[in-house]
Amino acid sequence: MTFKKTMLATLAAVALMGAAHADITVGVVQPLTGPASGLGIPVKNAIMIWPKTVAGQNIKLVVLDDASDPTAGVKAAQRLVTEDKVDVIIGSSATPVAIPMADVTAEGATPQLATSPAALPPGKDKWFFRLPQSNNVMAYAVVQQMKKQGIKTIGFLGYTDAYGELWLKAITEEAGKNGMKIVGTERFARADTSVTAQALKLTSGNPDAILIVASGSGAGMPQKAIMERGYKGKVYQTHAAATPDLMRVAGKDADGTFVVSGPAMLGAQLPDSNPSKKASLAFLEDYTKAYGAASANQFAGHGADAYTILEKAVPVALKKAQPGTPEFRAALRDAFEGMGRTVISHGVLEWTPQDHWGYTNETGVMMQVVDGKFKVIQ
Amino acid sequence: MDFSIASILLLDGLTNGAIYALLGMCLVLVFTVTRIIFIPQGEFVAYGALTLAIFQTGQVPGTVWLLLILAAVAALMDLVAVWRHRGRAAPALLAALRTFLPSAVIAGISAWAAPRGLPMLLQALLTVGIVTCFGPLVYRVAYQSLAGASTLVLLIVSVGVHFAMTGLGLLFFGAEGFRNPPFWDMRLPMGPLNVSGQALVIFGMSAVLIVVLWLFFERTLYGKALRATAVNRLGARLMGISTSSAGHLTFALAAFIGALSGLLIGPTTTIFYDSGFLIGLKGFVAAVIAGLASYPGALVGALSVGVIEAFGSFWASAFKEVIVFTIILPVLLWRSLASGHSDEEH
Repeated sequence: MTFKKTMLATLAAVALMGAAHADITVGVVQPLTGPASGLGIPVKNAIMIWPKTVAGQNIKLVVLDDASDPTAGVKAAQRLVTEDKVDVIIGSSATPVAIPMADVTAEGATPQLATSPAALPPGKDKWFFRLPQSNNVMAYAVVQQMKKQGIKTIGFLGYTDAYGELWLKAITEEAGKNGMKIVGTERFARADTSVTAQALKLTSGNPDAILIVASGSGAGMPQKAIMERGYKGKVYQTHAAATPDLMRVAGKDADGTFVVSGPAMLGAQLPDSNPSKKASLAFLEDYTKAYGAASANQFAGHGADAYTILEKAVPVALKKAQPGTPEFRAALRDAFEGMGRTVISHGVLEWTPQDHWGYTNETGVMMQVVDGKFKVIQ
Repeated sequence: MDFSIASILLLDGLTNGAIYALLGMCLVLVFTVTRIIFIPQGEFVAYGALTLAIFQTGQVPGTVWLLLILAAVAALMDLVAVWRHRGRAAPALLAALRTFLPSAVIAGISAWAAPRGLPMLLQALLTVGIVTCFGPLVYRVAYQSLAGASTLVLLIVSVGVHFAMTGLGLLFFGAEGFRNPPFWDMRLPMGPLNVSGQALVIFGMSAVLIVVLWLFFERTLYGKALRATAVNRLGARLMGISTSSAGHLTFALAAFIGALSGLLIGPTTTIFYDSGFLIGLKGFVAAVIAGLASYPGALVGALSVGVIEAFGSFWASAFKEVIVFTIILPVLLWRSLASGHSDEEH
């Protein structure tokens, strides 16, 4: 008799615990090998140092490698949706992988937090949310800075690819709102041997400012070409150029250049008025404590931000359903859309049913290159 | 457009054109001697520029290790081939050693010299040494056993070699680009023009190389052997010229000129692991303009490619590459109308 009672009590306790502590399963699909592994590994590293629970629920992680390959990414997403029945998928950091994954997550009705700025056709991103900033909020910060300097005419020198095209669209729109004009549009490719001709044409129109749209060390050559033409106006660079590679390649020619950036990597440099300062400092401290100094980058920031978002959305979703059910996944999706202003290390996020990019205009931070170093403009 | 703009564009175009000319002539040389359309020629340019860039950071470039691995593979192939042919171990080992030793020596010196921060000229010399060693090894490993195959097969092998070399370049040099310091940091104001020292170095070196190549083909026995192989492979073999050593020599020359082009272009632009392909392709356009047969034709073709590229970027930068690669069409049309018959396989 006593044995039976104990058994019953134990069973009841187990059942209750099970109900209170259903695990939240988080699927992570990242390029851990292949050309994009430099982006995927930091995201995974940041997720590995998450707290073990969120809103009182244990977190169960399922990490899969997409090998920077769209096919592998789709397979991984299918496995997570059908077999593991995950509550949310984080990934991928490679844009060409994240896009086809969106079809799988939409079909499986599982929210996806993409760590790449993937553009999807309208209506396709119901389950798809992005952690990186769109070019539009960056263009906003650039144009605000230009406005302060009284700039009226802008020359555009950008990549002949999607990045250049999206920036041209964003800057044309923002500049138009503020009464500025794009007076010249020149293109080049990263592997070009010379941009002298483009720089010549652009500077001969003598715009008040020139915006260079390029990434990493590719931003150095156009910077040098424009300076060699003796250009005296202001030069602007985009957030893809906000790396020390710009100064490594362009050297002294980079001095005085204005560069827009997200706040995640700036930490202590940010003015106290920046809403993301606390989140950025916390992210940098946690990450460097786990992986050593100077190991953090902006992709690691996306990994850390994903937790902040879950922390806010999961309690809301838990009120409606239990993790592991389709109802919970739908509730989580709705919670993302309805969670309102959320401060993360990469800026201020506000997803709405219409906008799954969602960063507000407080996000972009303007920096200037002074003596070969980035300085935040206060 | 006024005179000053036109002259700046012309100078820019000719500077790049001089590099394309060197590559175009390499492609003509390789094609006439071995019938290989050598797509990876541009990779030697990137390897040259980036190897020097890594030397500048005081590290041992990854190309050194690749050189050792490639030399070991080639030596093994030689060992097996000679052993099968002669049936004895001693000559086989000797042949393998002969393949392996030069690369091993260069790799050894490089590994020793890298952390010592030698003057740039010595580092450049080592870079040229490393990349030149790649030429014959690439020929030995990828092409030699297929020397008799059709042009199409050789072209497909070239595509494979190109992808392999680009991938290895990403592994060794990383995704970011490098810009080397100029060999001659000087600016010479000439009216509206501002001629940089590096541009003069490029013109000077290109001219010297062209003259040296001409002397090599006209005056030396090896050069004449290469020319004979180019004119008629079978005839050359009957006269006792080894076509496989002609192949080795040709590839060594191609790699040498590629490496030198890389050093010349490195200070004027940012070179990435995959930059070589496009540079090589423009050299290829020049070579096609010359019908893959004439050196002066390749020179003229390359200079016009460079100038058209510069003016194309000025007028319609978004369509620059389209313009450059479209000029190949009228040239092909004119060539096929002018010659009237096809003699690609003989």
